[in-house]
Amino acid sequence: MALVISQEHDLLRDAAKGFLAEHAPVSALRTLRDSDDPFGYDPALWQRMTEMGWAGILVPEKYGGLDFGIVGAGLLMEEMGRTLSASPFFSTAIMAATLLKEVGREAQKKRLLPQIAAGKAVVALALDEGRSHDPGGIKLAAKPSGNGFVLNGEKTFVLDGHLADQVIVAARTGGKAGTKSGLSLFLIETDRAGLEFRRRTMVDSRNVADITFAEVKVDGDQLMGKLDEAYEPLEKALDVGRACLSSEMLGTASEAFERTLEYLRERKQFGVPIGSFQVLQHRAAHLFSEIEMLRSVVLKTLLSLQASDASSSFLASLAKAKAAQVVGLATSEAIQMHGGIGMTDEFDIGFFIKRAKVASETYGDYYFHADRFARIKGY
Amino acid sequence: MEHLETFTEETRAWLEENCPAGMRRPMRREEDAVWGGRNYKFHGEDQRLWLERMAGRGWTVPTWAKEYGGGGLTPEEAKILKRELKRIGARPALVSFGIWMLGPALLKYGSETHKKEHLPRIARGEIRWCQGYSEPNAGSDLASLQTKAEDKGDHFLINGQKVWTSYADKSDWIFCLVRTDPKAPKHEGISFLLFDMASKGVSTKPIRLISGSSPFCETFFDDVKVPKENLVGELNKGWAIAKYLLTHEREMIGASGIERLPGSDLGATAAEVIGTKSGTLRNHLLRADIVRHEMDWAAFLLTLERARDEAKAGAGTGAVSSMLKYIGTELNKERAELLMAINGLQGLLWENEEDPEPPLSRQWLRSKGNSIEGGTSEIQLDIIAKRVLRLPQGN
Repeated sequence: MALVISQEHDLLRDAAKGFLAEHAPVSALRTLRDSDDPFGYDPALWQRMTEMGWAGILVPEKYGGLDFGIVGAGLLMEEMGRTLSASPFFSTAIMAATLLKEVGREAQKKRLLPQIAAGKAVVALALDEGRSHDPGGIKLAAKPSGNGFVLNGEKTFVLDGHLADQVIVAARTGGKAGTKSGLSLFLIETDRAGLEFRRRTMVDSRNVADITFAEVKVDGDQLMGKLDEAYEPLEKALDVGRACLSSEMLGTASEAFERTLEYLRERKQFGVPIGSFQVLQHRAAHLFSEIEMLRSVVLKTLLSLQASDASSSFLASLAKAKAAQVVGLATSEAIQMHGGIGMTDEFDIGFFIKRAKVASETYGDYYFHADRFARIKGY
Repeated sequence: MEHLETFTEETRAWLEENCPAGMRRPMRREEDAVWGGRNYKFHGEDQRLWLERMAGRGWTVPTWAKEYGGGGLTPEEAKILKRELKRIGARPALVSFGIWMLGPALLKYGSETHKKEHLPRIARGEIRWCQGYSEPNAGSDLASLQTKAEDKGDHFLINGQKVWTSYADKSDWIFCLVRTDPKAPKHEGISFLLFDMASKGVSTKPIRLISGSSPFCETFFDDVKVPKENLVGELNKGWAIAKYLLTHEREMIGASGIERLPGSDLGATAAEVIGTKSGTLRNHLLRADIVRHEMDWAAFLLTLERARDEAKAGAGTGAVSSMLKYIGTELNKERAELLMAINGLQGLLWENEEDPEPPLSRQWLRSKGNSIEGGTSEIQLDIIAKRVLRLPQGN
């Protein structure tokens, strides 16, 4: 498995670059933010992305998708990370499609995967219940009732939650909070009685919702996969998500860095470009090295997930932790090196640090993944 | 593909048959590395046999052409050979600056005569080479070197001093940067010369380091006569060769830490020494530092791998060697610091009769030189800023 990007993937990247530059530049995110858009993304843009086949990038061909694989999905995320393009791509085309593929019942796949691939359904994953990522700590209870279940509890910061057509809910059907066994997944329409959605406004201007479940009745066939055994497939899907988020963060870091380099070449003080100062050159060169290390890790992780290697979860944590470090450094340095203008809302660089921080927290921050990395290694 | 499978099988069988048992154990002592050369004394018959057999196949330099003592292998075949050697834990049959540095430079810049004369002897480990670059007043500013070579008709007359010459006292020949035009701008008056260290007027003096070892020397040239034909490339055009060779040196130093320090898995080493509770290291603050380092280390190894794969695919970025040198050596120093933290006072023993490996304290001290030798970290950052990032240059 050579650590190089194939020609096929290069073509996909070029197409994505061109498309996003034209239809979804950073200014589009600014417009969305300033217009208090109820969706938090542009449905027309999502429709165009769908026409490019992106919504079905992980959906098998027999369900109407492209089945292009995780490396391709990661590259799209990297490009979206450069332009900060908001869309349901991550929640729906990556997380929901992966979970449906892994543990969906045939009827669920048949119904929903073609809709995802056609951009006709937004599907959110309702997972965490507190302020930080903690998949083992799920408390939301699903109690057996008749031939189905009754759900009670809270979910927090559900990505694309308030505009989803369906949610995949991780619930506790057995075991104690903090344990891995006893978790189950359910696929639920969002208009079901007892569900209440509250949109929360986040720093990156994207969409999340807190969801309350009060006596929500679901049928037995809404269960995805095996009762009580959702933890493992969930972790597997989360690793795909973490790798893709890392790829997005690589894109964000690269773009913030390139914009900073441009500024270092142009901005003059003391009669010379500030990029000629060694103190800034060394910081830029160090940052370049860090970004290149992240690039290697992300590529390896995507390739490994695509090949279903056993080392994937270790690599996913490496990628997510490293990405948080690097994008944090890249966006902080971007502001510092831009000086005062970097602090203004008028200038775009602020959008990068905002999105970077949310992506860093999503599905596990640096500390979560550093700890997981060490535990996998036995210390 | 079928050809590569056959090659794999044949290679595996040959190694099984020919790699002596003693050469399949990890290298622990300095004398476990075979440097070759006129006066080289093997430490055991296994070392001699292994070099003889590998050199016989051209496998000390697998990708060099057969006429230059190489194995004539394609990159794919060489990768297989490397994998098979690793599979049986084989030691390198020969380590040498001739292989890592001079060889690639001669292949690119040397005349046919130079290649035929020197490359096969490098491949067989007959001649040990050293590198005459740094001088007392030319360290980071290497191009200001002053060792002069005067044109005396049929020969050059060399006078001056080199410093930090690795293993000069044990080497047979030197590849040396000399000033052939003192009036030209500093980069344009340098030439690249090869000469015999046994020549009259050459003397060396080992430098004792803080680690107690003496891998470097001061090297003095006092009216040394060097035949004109020993000039590589054109007169006064030696700087390009010097830079090309430095990229190989950087990669070598950047990657060398992988083999150099014990405890290749710091976490496992720490778990063994310090102990764990509920699956995590007892010292939580140290654990946090170790995991951060181990993640960077893993990222560095993957970056080495990617750089090699991209170079093979023809997509490499040229100045990547500066980045690898910078990251690799900085991480190597950090690794040594963490190893010291794990081992406490035990790590500070200067002599340790119970362990054949050099004491950790000496390896830790030696690691401090990694980010100085072969171009300091600061010089590497300068190179990245200039050649990769194209940042404007100051005065």
